[in-house]
Amino acid sequence: MPLVIFIIQLNNTSKSRNVQLPKCPTGIQGLDEITGGGLPKGRPTLVCGSAGCGKTLLGMEFLVRGATEYGEPGVFISFEETVEELTQNVTSLGWDLEQLVAEKKLAIDCLYIEPSEIQETGEYDLEGIFIRIGYAIDSIGAKRVVLDTIEVLFSGLSNTGIVRAELRRLFRWLKTKGVTAIITGERGDNSLTRQGIEEYVSDCVIRLDQRIYEELSTRRLQIFKYRGSQHGSNEYPFLIEENGISVLPITSIGLNHSVSSDRISCGIPRLDAMLGGQGYFRGSSVLVTGMAGTGKSTIAAAFAAATCQRGEKCLYLAFEEAPQQILRNMRSIGMDLEPYIQQELLQIQALRPTAHGLEVHLVQIHRSLSYFQPTTVIIDPISNLTLTGSPLQIKAFFMRLIDYLKSQQVTVLMNNLISGGSSLENTEIGISSLMDTWLEVRVIESNGERNRILQLIKSRGMEHSNQVREFRLTSQGIELVDVYLGQNKVLTGTARAIQELADKQASLRRQQQVANRRRELEQQRQVIQAQIATLQMQMEAEKTELDHLNQEESLEKAGFLQDQERIAQLRRAD
Amino acid sequence: MNQQNEHNSPESEKWELRLYVAGQTPKSVRAFANLKKLCEEYLPTQYQIEVIDLLHNPELAKQDQILAIPTLVRKLPIPIRQIIGDLSNQEKVLLGLEIAKIGE
Repeated sequence: MPLVIFIIQLNNTSKSRNVQLPKCPTGIQGLDEITGGGLPKGRPTLVCGSAGCGKTLLGMEFLVRGATEYGEPGVFISFEETVEELTQNVTSLGWDLEQLVAEKKLAIDCLYIEPSEIQETGEYDLEGIFIRIGYAIDSIGAKRVVLDTIEVLFSGLSNTGIVRAELRRLFRWLKTKGVTAIITGERGDNSLTRQGIEEYVSDCVIRLDQRIYEELSTRRLQIFKYRGSQHGSNEYPFLIEENGISVLPITSIGLNHSVSSDRISCGIPRLDAMLGGQGYFRGSSVLVTGMAGTGKSTIAAAFAAATCQRGEKCLYLAFEEAPQQILRNMRSIGMDLEPYIQQELLQIQALRPTAHGLEVHLVQIHRSLSYFQPTTVIIDPISNLTLTGSPLQIKAFFMRLIDYLKSQQVTVLMNNLISGGSSLENTEIGISSLMDTWLEVRVIESNGERNRILQLIKSRGMEHSNQVREFRLTSQGIELVDVYLGQNKVLTGTARAIQELADKQASLRRQQQVANRRRELEQQRQVIQAQIATLQMQMEAEKTELDHLNQEESLEKAGFLQDQERIAQLRRAD
Repeated sequence: MNQQNEHNSPESEKWELRLYVAGQTPKSVRAFANLKKLCEEYLPTQYQIEVIDLLHNPELAKQDQILAIPTLVRKLPIPIRQIIGDLSNQEKVLLGLEIAKIGE
């Protein structure tokens, strides 16, 4: 991935940074970051670009910021617009040029050339320009100069040889004056500027560009060249906003942000339990994918509510629904987000994905973040953003966004709607690799009903459940229920309930059967015992009889002997 | 045509010319000499030349939108005309000052 490689290189070089050129801070948001401190001090910088891409504004902001923030007065030499036009154009940005001129912080001079009124004859030089610039610089002690757009000289004067020689002399002269200058130039067909003046201004060249992709235009800025200084070489999107230019140096963020092991609740207790019992990591990125109507927004809203309950701020970027609609929908499942909005803990921003290009979205999100300072951000859903760029752009967009959020320790939850036909684990944008935690909500259709199930596909750095849970939205809130697992099938919803009932009956039946059997066996045992008792009694009786017989027998025996003796006596036997 | 008439009768007009220079450079000296010669030839009595040295009065460069040195500005008769350069090509100067027809 070239982007990442670049970032690492940038970080490496910044560690071994030697003494750099002295720089002149522009005060333009983001530009100083890319240039590593500003424009080369005391040298001219060329700003080139096509018409309407913000060259004049960049120059003017450089002067206004210099005058108001850095105490460096500036001179604006306009070759195209009048003082009145310039003043009017920037009034909407809150810059009062008249005031600055009155305070001697700014001098504006308009060098106006009307070729039809000028006749050239013989040799001449452009000393008049030098004198006027010099006079303007000296009158207020200027440190900054903007020449906008000096190439007009080529169309105003026919002797281009003289103009070229004089421009070369002018840029050298500006260096000797010690002023930091911006020279603007119109973009040429095959060169940076129409007249090739980049040859003369060789210290720093900034290119502005306005490109249109699928009917959405984005302005971009690139440091084309910066002699003697390292700089971000990518194209950076920039916006012209209410308070001036803001460049987005998000690609300059490295991967060396600090990582928190702090855990925050996701707002659904059972889901927290699945996430190792404690919820998401602070500063991590969470992806929730699922088809339409699977409850992704509800998971997001629960997370928002949990954030606000902790007293932290949550920024909810809604790309599909209006804020009021989200509030109403969440009330239907017993979640009232309204109080959090009143406490200014929750901010719902509804944006049209197709209203701007991705870069503009990025800049706007960036601005909202720095303005609102949330600890969690919800993007619901990201899928709509993918309509507005090429896959590479989208990937770059999310990488930069996630990088930035991570560097700010902001936890982000993104919903991604996946279309019915696609594979369930296929996020169209291919951003799942950027995500730390990935939840998937699926719908199972069976028995004439749809049931939601939730599964954790991954969750980096924590022990997490591998179980599927049934995800139910009730008027009391979100419920995660164990699905029916058994007999090699997973059942949800009514089917789960039916199966559970059937199981219950079956077990009841089994219990009854066991009880019956037990009773039978007990009876049998009792019968046998009774039989044993009878037999014993019989045996007893027989034994008694035997004894009786024996007794009788011995008695008889004894009686026989006696009888014999007696008989013998009687016989007087001898 | 009114303008044509004016040009055809320059005698009645006053010519106010300004020559902007920056120090005594060869180009400036040459320009002044060329201008002087031309005026003597074509506008013998009614011209007035004011030489402004911007090195001494840089603030004056703004009023006549001076970029090049030397620059000749025809203040009167109106409209204002500017000729830049050392005025070495007399035909061009006459054309620029719109006094070409006088010589005819």
